[in-house]
Amino acid sequence: MKSQTAETKDLIEKKLLNLPLIDVKAFVEKNVIPYYGDDSFLEGPTQRTTTLWQICLEAMLEERYKGGCLAIDTETISSITSHKPGYINKDLELIVGLQTDELLKRAMKPFGGIRVVEGAVAERGLEVAEEVKNVFKHTSDHNNGVFSAYDDEIKQYRSLGILTGLPDNYARGRIIGDYRRLALYGADELIRAKKNDLKAVNGVLNEHKIRLREEITSQIKALKDMIVLGNSYGLELNRPATSAKEAIQWLYMAYLAAVKEQDGAAMSLGNVSNFIDIYIEKDLEKGLITESEAQELVDQFVMKLRMVRHLRPGAYDEIFGGDPTWVTEAIGGQFNDGRTKVTKTSFRFLQTLYNLGASPEPNLTVLWSKDLPEGFKKFCGKVSIDTSSIQYENDDLMRKTRGSDDYGIACCVSYQELGKRIQFFGARTNLPKTLLMALNEGREEISGKKVLQDISVLEGEYLEYEAVMENFKKSMSQIAEVYSRAMNIIHYMHDRHYYEKAQMALIDSDPGIDMAYGAAGISIIADSLSAIKYAKVKPVRNEDGLTVDFIVEGDYPKFGNDNDKVDEIAAYITKFFSEELAKHACYKNARPTLSLLTITSNVMYGKKTGTTPDGRKEGEAFAPGANPMHGRDTDGAVAALSSVAKLDYRDALDGISNTFSIIPKSLGSSREDQIENLSRLLDGYFELGAHHLNVNVLDRDTLMDAYKNPENYPQLTIRVSGYAVNFTRLSKAHQLEVITRTFHESL
Amino acid sequence: MKNTSTTGSGNLIANLQKAEALRVHSIETFGTHDGPGIRLVIFVQGCQFHCLYCANPDTISIDGGTLMSLDQIVAKAKKQKPFFGKNGGVTISGGEPLLQRAMLKELFNKLHKEGIHTTLDTNGKVIDKQTKDLLETTDLVMLDIKHINNDWHHKITRLSNVNTLKFAEYRESTGKPMWLRYVLVPGYSDQEEYLHQLGDHFKNYKSIEKIEILPYHKLGVHKWEALGWKYELEHVESPEITSLKKVSDILQQYFRRVEVG
Repeated sequence: MKSQTAETKDLIEKKLLNLPLIDVKAFVEKNVIPYYGDDSFLEGPTQRTTTLWQICLEAMLEERYKGGCLAIDTETISSITSHKPGYINKDLELIVGLQTDELLKRAMKPFGGIRVVEGAVAERGLEVAEEVKNVFKHTSDHNNGVFSAYDDEIKQYRSLGILTGLPDNYARGRIIGDYRRLALYGADELIRAKKNDLKAVNGVLNEHKIRLREEITSQIKALKDMIVLGNSYGLELNRPATSAKEAIQWLYMAYLAAVKEQDGAAMSLGNVSNFIDIYIEKDLEKGLITESEAQELVDQFVMKLRMVRHLRPGAYDEIFGGDPTWVTEAIGGQFNDGRTKVTKTSFRFLQTLYNLGASPEPNLTVLWSKDLPEGFKKFCGKVSIDTSSIQYENDDLMRKTRGSDDYGIACCVSYQELGKRIQFFGARTNLPKTLLMALNEGREEISGKKVLQDISVLEGEYLEYEAVMENFKKSMSQIAEVYSRAMNIIHYMHDRHYYEKAQMALIDSDPGIDMAYGAAGISIIADSLSAIKYAKVKPVRNEDGLTVDFIVEGDYPKFGNDNDKVDEIAAYITKFFSEELAKHACYKNARPTLSLLTITSNVMYGKKTGTTPDGRKEGEAFAPGANPMHGRDTDGAVAALSSVAKLDYRDALDGISNTFSIIPKSLGSSREDQIENLSRLLDGYFELGAHHLNVNVLDRDTLMDAYKNPENYPQLTIRVSGYAVNFTRLSKAHQLEVITRTFHESL
Repeated sequence: MKNTSTTGSGNLIANLQKAEALRVHSIETFGTHDGPGIRLVIFVQGCQFHCLYCANPDTISIDGGTLMSLDQIVAKAKKQKPFFGKNGGVTISGGEPLLQRAMLKELFNKLHKEGIHTTLDTNGKVIDKQTKDLLETTDLVMLDIKHINNDWHHKITRLSNVNTLKFAEYRESTGKPMWLRYVLVPGYSDQEEYLHQLGDHFKNYKSIEKIEILPYHKLGVHKWEALGWKYELEHVESPEITSLKKVSDILQQYFRRVEVG
């Protein structure tokens, strides 16, 4: 009862202050109609949808022939209002809005870094207009800002690949605007609320408050721009949406504003399906639309999300292969009050994978709970087997650990409370390289350059576990400190030069922040340390005393076989590194978190990392995310999953990614068995406290054929460490890595 | 747990009993083809048969494998329980589990105490008091019928099918569930007359829930080479879809459910 009193008091205070109550969560909780049935109500695509999608498919084919980029507007700096309205085919479109005036034409968003934009444009044989270049003679950008503050040590870490993929020359992304707000309240009301917030930031002004006032003012500007954007398409975004079609359209316009202004690495959508469902159910009830028309709205919305594009340089693709946009939409899960969040529109979103065919985007993420309705679990299993386009996250675990049941997934796997908290993305550090520096007196293993201080020389013919651990821990501590420094600079500068005003306009002013650190190569670390501890490992050194190889004598437990001896090492190192990171204060009082996630960068990390004590040779790819290393899990999928499940989510709150590839037959003999077994596999994995699972149900033969004949597989989607990707848009190296990765195919 | 080397089966069994352990060839934690649901499958070491097409010839010798204590296996199964759902459980396959039947009875009792479903995948070659005791604690039997005709059975396995058929008869008398499994080898086990004979033999069995046709494959050939053994079915290819369909149609005249595995 105490909390209720506090809540009432809070309400009164807000009323006294004449603040409007922005509370989408309450609206959803009050109005949502949970659905417990099966998929039999679903409808196929309308003729209109099919025709429209055909235009998109042809445009994407042309895009592929043109080397992955159809066209670039080199004249305009993209903003919410920069471009005239664009259409796929105006007569057929129910949901309108493109990032530029033409389908798949890419826009320049140079405030992340003009040089990167110039490079990306030049790679396509084009040039950025002088007028745009001139702007940056008079102002700075994020990239410039960061490098003006970086110190030599950070630069060295960066150039040697100890810290990689840092968002210091591109937009950080990962922030999820609560796009539902525009539909529920309309821009006018949101502006009023922000103006009230601005008034409330007064009194003695410290740096934080001054910055906040500036931020809120820019958010108000963004909301006004959204009205202008809407007007150009004949929409009245100033007022709340009043129908299903408007709710989807308003919501999409809010998202469009975000992806016109920002090209963040990941631009998630949030958790919109059950919000939309409320409007659809009302229209269905009133007889305003049919089920087929409801599905058509969802199909067309999703089609638009599939057409989102950002301008990227080739080097970016080396890290994040497949031209991803991470329009991540979280579907399903449970309310904290015990009801399910599954609605008919949860089904309708997954149905788009049939109506439009498989696709990596939007990144459909099912929030899995043991209590999800069985009908929905079955449908998920079916869709996974047919399309490989779903990833799963443990809803029970995240709600219990993080608190709120109103959350989306930022980027690939990260929990983010909607409208209340945001995240500062920080890519990741290379743990195996860290271990190699620990074995080489603090020198980087390939260049021989001295990086870390006070790392003792390891004496003796064989590596001694305790001594190695001591060096390794020292190395991790030093890296954590430099990493933290880099992150504080990056996010300070991003706020300053490329603030996400459109997204932040749809989030509470002054929200909580998670600082999202990351680490790659945990399974290599576990196996390497296990080899040193349980077998005998003899380092082979070159004339400079750098390790170039390791001779392992005897056998040792390997991560991925449900063996506590090695699994505990992985868990311990995760905890240790996480705690080291947490020792450092963060910009804007952000709370440090860690992810074990690589996306597709595991290939690039492998290329740049020397031979490791687990027997992995120089240049060989890391396992993705927290996956066991390829081919080392010998006791089947459950054992492999059980090992990963031992990594404690509390030590890696930004997410623990696991990618599971299996051939259909290994899931069971009949389709019925396959669907059932996949559900039980997810139930079991998540009951063990695991966080995330990508599911690929594919034949190795199919992938080999797609590798050789990409033109026959324009829509082949596979899941890679936290997101889905169009297989044929991956580089050949990435494609081979995916094929080599453990397929669970025992018969 | 140390690998004890033994010279004969007598010693082997004596050692096993002392150790409360099974001689295990390998395990599969995500078994989806050896009984209902998701199963922990323990492939045990040693087999009396010497089937021409054996896909796991390295399980035939009674000397190989590693010892795993019953408690280890039970602990593994308990840990895996979240994956079992309503249908899954533990399957003992091989090799031939009945060689270690006394120990298996202990294991199945322990698993039952944990509420875990037990399945035995067997050739049914031994049918004695100990086997009967084991069957008491076996929730599902998967009985491999190599051939209904004894001459052909000899040709395929080097031994007779008399006990296997007795085993089936005994299981039927207990009224507890059984699946039949039949490996379809072109030229060896696909003769129409014998398929009818097989169906006729079992048509009145009430305990048989289904028969699984397992199409012959050559995925184990490299293991024969590794063992330095000659693989005699080199010339035999996997059955065609049409042939599988035909066999399936024949068996459907006699069995409630026919599935192709």
